[in-house]
Amino acid sequence: MEISLTVNGILKTVDIADENTPLLWVVRDTLDLKGTKFGCGKAACGACTLLVDDEAVRSCSYPVKFAEGKKVTTIEGLGDRENPHPVQQAWIEEIVPQCGYCQPGFMMATAALLNKVPKPTDEDIDKNIINVCRCGTYYRMRKAIHKAAELQAEKVINESKEV
Amino acid sequence: MKQKPVYTFLILMVIGVFLVFAGAPKISDYEIVEVENTVEVTSDDSYNKMMDVLTHQRCMNCHPSDHIPKQGDTSHPHHFGMARGEDDHGFEATSCNTCHQSENNLNSGVPGAPHWALAPASMAWEGLTREQIAERLLDKSTNGNRSHQELIEHMTEDDLVLWAWEPGVDADGKPRTIPPVSKEDFKKAVENWFADGAIIPSK
Ligand code: FES
Ligand code: FES
Repeated sequence: MEISLTVNGILKTVDIADENTPLLWVVRDTLDLKGTKFGCGKAACGACTLLVDDEAVRSCSYPVKFAEGKKVTTIEGLGDRENPHPVQQAWIEEIVPQCGYCQPGFMMATAALLNKVPKPTDEDIDKNIINVCRCGTYYRMRKAIHKAAELQAEKVINESKEV
Repeated sequence: MKQKPVYTFLILMVIGVFLVFAGAPKISDYEIVEVENTVEVTSDDSYNKMMDVLTHQRCMNCHPSDHIPKQGDTSHPHHFGMARGEDDHGFEATSCNTCHQSENNLNSGVPGAPHWALAPASMAWEGLTREQIAERLLDKSTNGNRSHQELIEHMTEDDLVLWAWEPGVDADGKPRTIPPVSKEDFKKAVENWFADGAIIPSK
């Protein structure tokens, strides 16, 4: 069956034999966007987190049929080298990753959190950022999340000045 | 001369025993009455059938008293620190729908149904007796202001309620257990209990 979805701002139509194929595999194997990672396949680790209509979703447990007509954002679409998303900028500044495998999932979950809670407290972070990092980079991630909130607030102020 | 009363006694005993057996009715003397092999469903039966379902883990796990959803047949706290949140859907960015969709996922073993969420705190059942659960069910201040008719519809038609009979597989691919009463019998029990006045038996 054909499924149309907007991925990182570009309308894509994919031909999929099984509509229950996890969105993760369509993103990685069909659309060749390898930033989103497979960790557990059980919605338990968060490595596969991406945004569907701006909400964090664990794509290993999300049948592609539900993405029909929706807006999907992966780590590749969050920002780029020239224009990084505040979360990406903060991650670079705080040198968060160790092996890096879990990081795209954490960054997408953080982007979703900042959309809802622009200035998250430690408690907000504890409740919402529940992905797993086997390298234990949680301490640096927490600093980066607070930094990302600051950068995003600055960006909003600068953008409003430009208008 | 002393033996005469003894003989008399023995003769009378023999006659007595003979009469007892001779006069006893035979099997064929009884009328055999066919007993109908159905049990009439009383209001109490309906109540208990309904309660057998409501107190099963598939229902109870999402009616917690401590704001923490439970999982599995052991009803352990939901992994990852998930909790009720402000609106019964978890937290702002990591909500029920981050993982649970509108149907079961047979690949990951994550259960799903339309409007997946915890029951509201006013409908916390965990740790309550059957009578207390029934009271909460009927009390409009706790049941979402539902009338008896609305309760019947909710309990017999709502997809999330009926998910209990189609709970999919767990993370190991094993089918989840279902309530001890069939879906059809549960629906009948709910309808009969309300039709009989929704009496809570111990009251
Ligand atoms: S791979 Fe999806 S949550 Fe682990
Ligand atoms: S950086 Fe290695 S798993 Fe998180």
